[in-house]
Amino acid sequence: MADEYKRSSGRGGRGGQRNADKGVGQRRTLFRRRKVCKFCADKIDYIDYKDVRMLTPFVPERGKILPRRISGVCAAHQRTLQTAIKRARQLALVPYVTD
Amino acid sequence: MSGQRQYELVYVVSPQASEQDVTDLHAQIEATVARFGAQLAKTENWGRRKLAYEIGGHKEGTYVLEVIDGQGDAMKEIDRRLKVNEQVLRHLVVRVDEELRAAGRVRARRQVDAQRHADKRPAPPAGPADAASQPDLEAAEDDLGGQPEA
Repeated sequence: MADEYKRSSGRGGRGGQRNADKGVGQRRTLFRRRKVCKFCADKIDYIDYKDVRMLTPFVPERGKILPRRISGVCAAHQRTLQTAIKRARQLALVPYVTD
Repeated sequence: MSGQRQYELVYVVSPQASEQDVTDLHAQIEATVARFGAQLAKTENWGRRKLAYEIGGHKEGTYVLEVIDGQGDAMKEIDRRLKVNEQVLRHLVVRVDEELRAAGRVRARRQVDAQRHADKRPAPPAGPADAASQPDLEAAEDDLGGQPEA
């Protein structure tokens, strides 16, 4: 699932589609993909803390919450996702940290 | 409506506890719920699963979910009891009625929006098809304006 996230520099990634034929100088633009909030796309209104399978893609290896600059989750859903992950952490469904 | 609230309670029982211990604990909660005039809406035993991190040397635990309709005082008592119980590794009480209601609102709104979109969509294809039909366009507009706020 992790391959769904495309790493791009947050600042540069904002602009949307720029013309890719600008030249080699902007090689970052080559891999730009439009990020869509997974929860908006799937029409998920309530992010359940009990649904570990929904949360794990947003809790990478290290245990930190994936920033939305990478995941593309919209602000509203990131907030609810955040509380869901924090609740799941209390119940040891999702790790706080892993080294 | 304002009185009744819905809570979700999840607790993790130590892997050393037997099946009997888990059912006893459930019975205890059920009794507390009844004593405070609340209702147990749902119970779900997730069985034994691995913990994301060690708690008190344990690597797994038995998860039980209870959905309770009732007042805060019942939950307070249950919370206190679970805190005291040494077999319970973790527990979490969450009030869910407001969140679920908010989610329901969003869903309802999306349905209304989708409906509006569906009403709107037939208009543009109709336009190019019979290009010079001015009245048709006006009719479509009327249709849109007349759409009540559902």
